[in-house]
Amino acid sequence: MLLPLAGSVLNMAFGKRLKRPYAGIMASLFVAASFVLAVVTWLDLLAKPSGQRVFDFTLFSWITSGSLHLNVGAYVDPLSVTMILFVTGISSLIHIYSIGYMSHDERFSTFFMYLNLFVFAMLVLVLSDNFVFTFLGWEGVGATSYWLISFWFERPTAAAAGKKAFIVNRIGDFGYLTAVFLLFTYLGSLSYGKVFASVGQLSHGTVTAIALLFFVGAVGKSAQLPLFVWLVDAMEGPTPVSALIHAATMVTAGVYLMARISPILHLSLGVGTIIAFVGVVTAFIAAMAATSQTDIKKVLAYSTVSQLGYMFLGIGTGQYVAAIFLMVTHAFYKALLFLGAGSVIHGMHDEQNIKKMGALRKLMPATAVTFILAWLSIAGLPPFSGFWSKGDVLAGAYQQSPLLWLIGAITAILTAYYMGREVYLVFFGKQRFDSSVKVHESPKVMTVPLYVLAILSVFGGALNLPISDKFRFLENWLAPVFGHALTQSTISSSLRFVLGAADGVFAIVGIALASSLWIKSSSRPAAEPAFLAAAWGIDRFYDRAIARSSTRLSQMFADVIEVKVVDRATMSVGALVGLVARYVRKVQSGYIRNYALYITIGAILILGYFVTRAGA
Amino acid sequence: MNLLIFVPVVGAIIVALIGSKQLAMSVAKVVALLDFVLAVVVLIQFNTNSGGFQGVSSISWVPAFGISWKLGVDGISLFLVLLTAILFPIALFGSKETKSVGSYGAWMLLLEASLIGSFLSLDLFGFFLMFELTLIPSYFLIARWGYARAGFAAVKFFVYTFFGSAFLLVGILALVFIHQAQTGTTTFDLVTLANSTHLSNTAQEWLLVAFTIAFAIKAPLFPLHTWSPDTYGESPLGPVVIIASVMAKLGIYGMLRFDLELFPRASSILAPLLLTLGVAGIIYGAIVAASASHMRRFVAFSSLSHVGFIVLGLFALTPQGISGAVVQMFNHGIYTAALLLIIGFIYERRARMGFDGLGGLQKTAPLMAGIAMIVVMASVGLPGLSGFVGEFLILLGAFLSHRWWAVVGATGVVLSAVYMLWAYQRIFHGKQSEAIARDGFKEITKAELALVIPLVALIIFLGVYPKPMLDRVNPTVNALVAKVAHAPSYPSSANYSAQSKG
Repeated sequence: MLLPLAGSVLNMAFGKRLKRPYAGIMASLFVAASFVLAVVTWLDLLAKPSGQRVFDFTLFSWITSGSLHLNVGAYVDPLSVTMILFVTGISSLIHIYSIGYMSHDERFSTFFMYLNLFVFAMLVLVLSDNFVFTFLGWEGVGATSYWLISFWFERPTAAAAGKKAFIVNRIGDFGYLTAVFLLFTYLGSLSYGKVFASVGQLSHGTVTAIALLFFVGAVGKSAQLPLFVWLVDAMEGPTPVSALIHAATMVTAGVYLMARISPILHLSLGVGTIIAFVGVVTAFIAAMAATSQTDIKKVLAYSTVSQLGYMFLGIGTGQYVAAIFLMVTHAFYKALLFLGAGSVIHGMHDEQNIKKMGALRKLMPATAVTFILAWLSIAGLPPFSGFWSKGDVLAGAYQQSPLLWLIGAITAILTAYYMGREVYLVFFGKQRFDSSVKVHESPKVMTVPLYVLAILSVFGGALNLPISDKFRFLENWLAPVFGHALTQSTISSSLRFVLGAADGVFAIVGIALASSLWIKSSSRPAAEPAFLAAAWGIDRFYDRAIARSSTRLSQMFADVIEVKVVDRATMSVGALVGLVARYVRKVQSGYIRNYALYITIGAILILGYFVTRAGA
Repeated sequence: MNLLIFVPVVGAIIVALIGSKQLAMSVAKVVALLDFVLAVVVLIQFNTNSGGFQGVSSISWVPAFGISWKLGVDGISLFLVLLTAILFPIALFGSKETKSVGSYGAWMLLLEASLIGSFLSLDLFGFFLMFELTLIPSYFLIARWGYARAGFAAVKFFVYTFFGSAFLLVGILALVFIHQAQTGTTTFDLVTLANSTHLSNTAQEWLLVAFTIAFAIKAPLFPLHTWSPDTYGESPLGPVVIIASVMAKLGIYGMLRFDLELFPRASSILAPLLLTLGVAGIIYGAIVAASASHMRRFVAFSSLSHVGFIVLGLFALTPQGISGAVVQMFNHGIYTAALLLIIGFIYERRARMGFDGLGGLQKTAPLMAGIAMIVVMASVGLPGLSGFVGEFLILLGAFLSHRWWAVVGATGVVLSAVYMLWAYQRIFHGKQSEAIARDGFKEITKAELALVIPLVALIIFLGVYPKPMLDRVNPTVNALVAKVAHAPSYPSSANYSAQSKG
C-alpha cells in the first residue's frame, strides 16, 4: 500500500532531475511491485479456509477524542483483495502506457507523481479498516483526480472541469460524512468490524437513513444521476487519466462502498430499490446521450456513466457479486477503450472528433483490433467478458422486477449501438481527415498494454461462469463477505439460459443497427437530436439554475448585504459613539492614541473604585 | 513561563533603543526565535496525563484588590502559545518594512508578549490587561506601516474591539463584586472565581453575554466581523499574519477559557444561540468569500467561515467538538498564515491585491503553486492534511449534541471547496494575462520557501499524525466537558441576579 506513496514522494523529490522516461519507469515499477504484493496477499488468503479469509491490522492510532478512536489500519478480506488486485493490475498497465503517451509533455514527472499518489489514495480507500480512513482515500482520489483533470491548467476548460469534479464530489461527501456521524452517534464506533457486528441494533429508520446518505456519497463519486455531470467534463484530463481514474478505478469507488456496506443495505428498507432504479435510469439516460456524441472520449465518458449505472443496478438488486464482476470486466474493456482512444488521439495528433476520422484500421492496425475486441466485449457479445458480467446483472434485475430488466435490456442494445457507431466512424468508412496529417501507430510501450487488456477483455468472463457452481470462482471467493446480504438466485437454469440468449440477441441487434447506419455514412443528423448531444440538457440546467443563480446570490451578499447592511449598521453604531466622543474630545486631544490611553487609565480608576467600594 | 513573556518585553525595549538600524530588526528576529525555543521547552515539559493547569506560578501583585500575576498552561493554551511562538519569527522574517524598523520590531515583540500573556494569564485582571495591551501595538503597526487606507482600518479595528472590551471589563468587575459579596474576599483569580462563586442562571447568562461580546468581536464571529476585512486588507504582511492567525484565536480562547469555566450553566443554556451564530458565520463567510475580488478580504471571509466552524465545535460542549475546536484553532492559524504569506509573495511581485489580472501563475511558478495547493487543500479539509482533523472532530462533536446545526454546518464542506478552488483557479490556473506574460512571474525564492516550508511540514505532519497534539489537548478538554455537564443549575435565585446589577 505504501509503495505508490513512496514512488510519488520520490518523484516529487527527484523527478525533475531524472531523464524523461525514468521518472515514469520508476513510478511504474512501484505500482507493479504493489501489484505483486497484492498477488501475494491473495495467495495468502487463498491458502486459508474460506471462512477465515479476513484479517485486520492496525498501523497506528490516528484521531482520538472522547470515545472516538480512529486508527490507520487495513482490513483485508476477499472483497478488498479483489479490489487491490484489479486496481494495481490496471494501474500498472496504464502507468506503462503513460510513459509513451506523455512522452512529449513538459511536466512528465509531475504527472507520474500525481498518478502514483492516486494509486496510493485508491489503495487506502479499499484497504482501510474504518469509515474515516476510507474517507481519506475517498477524498484523496477526489483531490488527485482534480489535479489530473486540470493537469493542462492553461486551458480554462480543464481548470474549470477539475474544480467542478471536486465540488460535485464534495456534495456526495456531505452525504458520506453525515452517514458517518449517524453511525458514530448510534453505534459509538466507526471500524468496519464493530459496525457490521452491531448494525442489527439500529432501528430500521436509522439504518435506512444511513444507507441513503452513503448512497448520496456513492452517487457523487460514481457519477450517477443527478450528479453525473462532472465525469464528462473530466475528459479534459490526459487520456490515461480518463482510463485509470474516470473509467476503471476511482469512479467504481461508489460501487465498492455500496458492496462494503452490504450489511447496512441489507437491513435498510427500500434503499435497494432506489439504488436499482437510479442505476438503471442513469444507465439508460447516459447510453442515449452516448449515441449522439462526436468526441471520441465523450462517447466513452457517457458509456462509463451508463456502465456504472448497471453496477448500481446489480447492487440494488442484491447481486453484489455480479456488480463486482461487472466492475472488474468493465475495468478491462473500458480501460482498453480509453487507451485505444488515446492511441488514436496520439496518432492523429490531438484530433478528438470522430467525424473527422475514418478508415484508421489500416493505419493503426494494433489499436483497431484491440479496440474492436473491447467493443464486442462491452456490447455483450458472447463469449466476450461483458456478456457474462452484464448477463449476471440483468438476470438479477429480472428476478427483482421485469421493469428493471426491460430498461436494462434496451440500454444493452443502445450500448452495442453507440460503441459500434464509434468503431465504424473511427476505423471504417472513408478517410475524412486531411491527408497531410501523418497518422502513425503508437509505440510498443503503448500497444503492449493494449494487448494485455484485450486478452483480459476477451477472457475475463472466465472469472465467473454461470455454467455450474464450480465455475463461479468470483462468487465462491466473495460469498463470505456478503453472507446473507446476497440475494440468492431463484432463477432456474433454463430461464437463465433464455435470458443469456436474449442478451446475445440484444448485442447483435445493436451491432447490426450500428453497421447498417454507420458503416458507409458518416453523417445522420436526423438520428441525433441536439438535446441528446447535450445530454438531455441536464448540465446546462445546473449551470443556469444553480451555478449562475448562486453566483448572483454570492455577489448580492458581498456587495449589498455585507456592505450596505452589516457594515453600515456597524458604522452607524460607530458614528453614534463618535458623536458622543466629539463632546468628550473637547477635553481630550482628539488623537486615538491618547484617547486609548485615557480609556485605559479610566478603566483602571473605575476598577479601583469598584474594588475599594466592595472592600469597604 | 514568565520568561515567555518577559523575553519579548525586554527584547522590545532593546530593539526600541537600537532604533531604526537594520540591527534592530535582526535583534527582534533573534528574540522571537529565542521565545520559540522557550515555547518548545514548555511543550516538552508538558505532562500529557494532566488536564489541569501546569507550571503555575503566582506572584501577588496588588494584594489590596486580590490581584496577582498568575500564569499557567494547560492543553488548551499550550498550543496557542506555541502557535504564537511559531508565527512571530516567521512574521518577522517575512516583513520587508524599511521605515523605522526599530519601532516596528519593538511593537511586534510587544504584541507577542501581550498575546502570550493573555493565553497564559490565570488572573482575570492580568488577562484583561494583556487582552487590552494587544490592541496598542496592533493599532500602531496597522496605522504606521499599513497600506493606503490603513488609517481608517486601524481606527475601525481599534474602536470596534475596544467597544467590546468595555463589556468585558464590566463583566469582570461584576463577577469579582459578586464573589466579594458572597465570600468576603476580593480576588481576580480565575480558578477561585470559577469554583466558589454561586451564580444564578440569569446572572450567568448576563455575564456570559458581556464576556462573549468582547470575544466575539475579536474572533470575529458573525455578524460582528466587519472590522476584519478592512484590517486584513490594509495591514502590512507581518501584523496581518499575527492578527488573522493568532489574535483571532484570542477571542475564541476567551470563550473557551472564561465562558465555559466561569459560566458553565449559561454556556449550555446559550449554546444554541452561539451555535446558530457559528453556523451563520460558516455559510455567510463562505458566500461572501466566493465573490471577493481582493485576496486579503477573501482570507478575511474564509476565516469568518472557519471561525464559525470552531465556535460550532466549542459550543457543541462534547469532547470531540471542543478538542476539534482547539486543534482547529492551531491548524487554522498555521494554514491561514501560510495563505497570507503566499498572497504576500504575489503582492510583492505584482503590487496588487486583486484577483483580476492574475491567472496561470502555475506556469512560471509551479513550486509556489504546489505549495499553495497543499495549503488550500488543508483549508478545504482534505483528510491527511491538518484541516481535516479539527473539522471532522468539530462536526462529529456538534452532531452528537446538536444534530441539525452540524448538518447545516457541514454544508460548509461543500462551500469551502467552492470558494477556495475558485480562488486558486483565478490565481494559478488558466492563461497568463498579457501583463504577466510580459513581465514574467518569478518562482518562489529560497528565502520565501524557508518561511512557508515549516508551516507546510506542520500541515502534513498534523494531518497524518495528530496524536501528539490530541494527547495533550484531550485531558484538559475532558475535564472541561465534565465540568460543564455537571454544572449545578440555579434556575430562580432572584437575590443573585439583584446583586449582579449592584
